[in-house]
Amino acid sequence: MTRRGIETLVGLFVLAGFVAIGYLALKAANLAAMTVGETYAVTARFDNIGGLKPRAPVKSAGVTVGRVASISLDGKTFQGLVTMELEKRYAFPRDTSASILTAGLLGDQYVGLNPGGEDENLAAGDTIKMTQSAVVLENLIGQMLYNRAAEGGAEAKK
Amino acid sequence: MSFADLLPRLGRWAIGYLFRLGHAAFFLVDLLKNVPASLRRFHLVAAQIHAIGNYSVVIIAASGLAVGFVLGLQGYYTLSRYGASESLGLLVALSLVRELGPVVTALLFAGRAGTSLTAEIGLMKAGEQLAAMELMAIDPKQRVLAPRLLGGIIAMPLLAAMFSAVGIFGGYVVGVLMIGIDPGQFWSQMQGGVDVWDDVGNGIIKSLVFGVTCTFVALLEGYEANATPEGVAQATTRTVVISSLAVLMLDFVLTAVMFSTPR
Repeated sequence: MTRRGIETLVGLFVLAGFVAIGYLALKAANLAAMTVGETYAVTARFDNIGGLKPRAPVKSAGVTVGRVASISLDGKTFQGLVTMELEKRYAFPRDTSASILTAGLLGDQYVGLNPGGEDENLAAGDTIKMTQSAVVLENLIGQMLYNRAAEGGAEAKK
Repeated sequence: MSFADLLPRLGRWAIGYLFRLGHAAFFLVDLLKNVPASLRRFHLVAAQIHAIGNYSVVIIAASGLAVGFVLGLQGYYTLSRYGASESLGLLVALSLVRELGPVVTALLFAGRAGTSLTAEIGLMKAGEQLAAMELMAIDPKQRVLAPRLLGGIIAMPLLAAMFSAVGIFGGYVVGVLMIGIDPGQFWSQMQGGVDVWDDVGNGIIKSLVFGVTCTFVALLEGYEANATPEGVAQATTRTVVISSLAVLMLDFVLTAVMFSTPR
């Protein structure tokens, strides 16, 4: 075979390989779903972030409006410091509250934003003041058991 | 045989083993030094990609499709017990991209391309073609071996990506078209769970490592083969055995490094 013929076939092979990689990145993985466009960072402190992970979605009314950029522990307040990248085209009032919610009963956790009513909007670097921690199943069960025990004790006294 | 006899024998075995290992390391460094030179004459590398890569596409695609089918069926069987059959897409994609794509491709590569490399180099050596090149002041490592190494390193990740892509299509055919899982769920679960860098990227790194391993083992065995028909035959066998074992063990090490901590 001529050198040109071989080179054409190799070109085809390499092209097919790159198409396969692109297919894996775009169709199988989440490259296309990642927020492109410009974003602005907002932080929020939570008493307990539960199982929230970086790159978890930030949703408002169920619509994904951004992603969690990083999670760290605030050394002063000992709260979880969550940095979120919100898409520029979505603006939220300054008194918006953030809560950590779970998709489904045992699904992945995400940050839910509940817009407030103030006129001024959150700007880059702002902190969301009102937050609601993740629901930790163990605490919930513990609380339930405690309540049951308290009820039982009250009935016994009668 | 006495204990005093056994000890030197063990020592000889260990020294011989270490010697071969060190020899192989020097050989690898020698080859890598010659890679830039073969980049300058890329048509040699292109011919090798053609021989190694293009001719492997059919076997890779067919195996990928079959593996995708099986993953779809078995995955559905297990997942449907937990009422999570929609996660089939995620299961198929993750297992292919992370493990099966790179590993099975490398095993097929060792059988399909590694053997032919070993036999080719071994026969060149048996026919004293390599010695003739040296007499003409042509370094056979630069002219013959380095382009093959580079060709193998380039071809392997592309083949592995094709394997995974075809496998995911196979899983789609079985899961969505035959069993009837919701296609939207199939793709969205997959896209939600597969990460571009952590999963696809690490899979590509894996296949790059396997590409170096398989091609290098094939070339080394061919170059070191006894210049007889039996020698070439034994070297070809060793190529398949050593590269398969190396790929499987390396895969464990790489998986432990890459994926041991769940995100």
